[in-house]
Amino acid sequence: MKKLVVYLMSGPETPELAAAAVAGGADLIELGFPFSDPLADGPVIRRAAERALQQGMRTRACLDGLARTRELVPRTPLVPMTYAALLEAYGWDRFARDAHAAGATSLIVADLPAGERPELRRIQLVAPTSTDERVRIAAEQTDGWLYLVTVTGTTGARTDVSPALAGLVERARAVTNLPLYAGFGIATPEQARTAADLADGIVVGSRAVEVAEEGPDALREYVRTLRHAVDAVVAA
Amino acid sequence: MTSTPGLYGTYGGRYVPETLIPALDELEAGWRSAQADESFQSELDELGRTFGGRPTPLTRAERFAPGKRLYLKREDLLHTGAHKLNNALGQAVLARRLGKRRIVAETGAGQHGVATATVCARFGFDCVVYMGEEDMRRQRPNVERMNLLGAEVRPVDFGTRTLKEATSEAIRDWITNVETTHYLIGSCVGPAPYPEIVRELQAVIGREAREQLREAEGRLPEIVVACVGGGSNAIGIFAGFLDDAEVRLLGVEAAEAASLGVGNPAVLHGARSSVLSDEDGQIADAHSISAGLDYPGVGPEHAWLRDSGRAQYVRATDEEALDAFRDLTRLEGIIPALEPAHALARARELDEELVLVCLSGRGDKDLAEVLAR
Repeated sequence: MKKLVVYLMSGPETPELAAAAVAGGADLIELGFPFSDPLADGPVIRRAAERALQQGMRTRACLDGLARTRELVPRTPLVPMTYAALLEAYGWDRFARDAHAAGATSLIVADLPAGERPELRRIQLVAPTSTDERVRIAAEQTDGWLYLVTVTGTTGARTDVSPALAGLVERARAVTNLPLYAGFGIATPEQARTAADLADGIVVGSRAVEVAEEGPDALREYVRTLRHAVDAVVAA
Repeated sequence: MTSTPGLYGTYGGRYVPETLIPALDELEAGWRSAQADESFQSELDELGRTFGGRPTPLTRAERFAPGKRLYLKREDLLHTGAHKLNNALGQAVLARRLGKRRIVAETGAGQHGVATATVCARFGFDCVVYMGEEDMRRQRPNVERMNLLGAEVRPVDFGTRTLKEATSEAIRDWITNVETTHYLIGSCVGPAPYPEIVRELQAVIGREAREQLREAEGRLPEIVVACVGGGSNAIGIFAGFLDDAEVRLLGVEAAEAASLGVGNPAVLHGARSSVLSDEDGQIADAHSISAGLDYPGVGPEHAWLRDSGRAQYVRATDEEALDAFRDLTRLEGIIPALEPAHALARARELDEELVLVCLSGRGDKDLAEVLAR
C-alpha cells in the first residue's frame, strides 16, 4: 500500500479537518505550525500561515490543537511541520518534548537541513539539488521516512509532476531502505498516481489547504479521490 | 549549528531549506577560491577605481559639528550613490566565476537594487529585483533607475510590503531558480557564507578610511559611527578598526527598527541573530522613515559585537534623523541619505572629539519623503 500524507495548516477547525482527512483515507497528517516568514512555502501556504497567525495560532495554541487532534484520530501519525524560528523561541528540546506529549509522531523543520542539530529527531528532506552525500546523511538521520522534495522550488501546485522525482527516488533508493514520500507540487489525483508510482507515498499540501477552507466534507471527498488514485498504483 | 561555518558566537548559521544547501556550499567554495586568487582582488580593485570611483574622499564637517573634528567617509560619492556598489561589484565578479547568468536581489531603499541593476548591466546578467510596494512608493526615483538599467523590479504586495518581505521573495526565487541564479544579497545578513562575503567586500570602506584619517590627523579616530539596518556599511567601516581596541565603534539604529537595541535571539532569512520578534519567534514589523533601516533583523556579526561589548548600538528617531539631514545639507552642502542621517544625529552629540562617520549614501532618493514632512 502506498501512503497518503495530507498537510493542514493549524487552525481552530484542525481536529475536525484532520478527522475528515483520515476518514477520506489519509495515512498521516502533517500539521503546519505557522511562521510569519515561511521561506519554503509558496503563496497558498504563506497566506494560510498569515490567516492562522491572525486567528491566534501561536505555538501554544498549535500544540493544544495537536492534542485535540490526537484525541479525534488516536491511531494516525501526526507530524508538526514548522520553521526553526518557532523552536528557537520555544526551546528546541522543550518543543520536541511538548509536541510528543501532545501526540506528535515526529517533526519536520523546513529550514533545518540535514546535518544541523542531529540530536533533534525529525523527518529529513532531500531535494533534486541535494548531492548524493547529502541524501546519504539525510537518510541516516531521518526519523522513519525520507521526505523527497520533488521540485527545485517552494510548496504549491504545479502543472505536472516534476521530472526530477524519478532521479531523486533512484538516488535515495541507492542509500536507504526507508520509505520515500514525495511532496511539493502534487495536487491532483493524476499527479498523485504518477508520484505514487515512483515513491512509497505522497504528500499533498497546498491543494489540501485550499480544499480544507471549504470544510471537512469537501476535504474528505478530495482526500478520497487521492486515496483511489494512490491505491490504483498497487492494483495496476 | 555546530557543523556549520559562519558562526559569530551563537549567531549566524544556515537556516534554509535543503534545496539551497548545495548552492551555499558552492558559493562558499567559490568564495574561498576567489579569496585565494590574486586576480580576483586585483579585478575588484580595478573595478572599484575605474568604475566605482574609489577611493572615496574623507571630508571634514566643521560647520555641522563645531568644536569637533568630525570626518565623513564619503560613500555617497561612490558610483550609484551608496556603499552598496562595493558589495554588488564583488558578488557580480563572484557570480561570473560561478558561471551564473541570472541575478536576483532584494532592495529596501532601492540603493542595493540600483547597485545590483548597475553591475548586471555592466556584466550582462539578467536581473530581477524584489521590492516592497511601500518602498516602491517612497523610493520612486530608484525604481525608475533600476528600470532604465534593464532590471525587472517585481513588487511584493503582501505582509509589511517592505524589505523583510522583499528578502523572503528573493530567497524564494533563488530556491526556484538556484541552478542558474546567484542571489546577490545586499547586506551582511542571510545564511553563511553571505555575512562574511558582504563584510569582506565592504571592508574596503574601513581600510581606506583608516589610512585617510591617519594621513589627515596623524592618529586613529576616537570613535567610528555608522547607521545599522542590516548593517553592511557599519560592518565595512568597523572592519578597519576592530583590532584597534582604543577605537570605540558605535552603530545607530532607527528607533522603531532597533533589532540590536530591543530584539531577541531569533531566526530570520537563514540566520540566527538579534531580531524584532515576539515570544513565539514570529517576526515583528519594523518602522522607519528610512526604507534602508526598515528591517527587523540585523547581521549576525553585529549581534556578536554587541554581546562581546566591542561595539555599542544606540538609536535615533525619525525626527532626529530629519534634523541631521537638514543640517548637513544646509551647513556642509552635502545631502545625505536618511539612513546615515541617523548616524549623523548621534555623532554630533558625542563626548569624543575626533569622530569618523560613514556617510553611506546620498539623499536624492529621499527628497520626496523629506519634502512631504
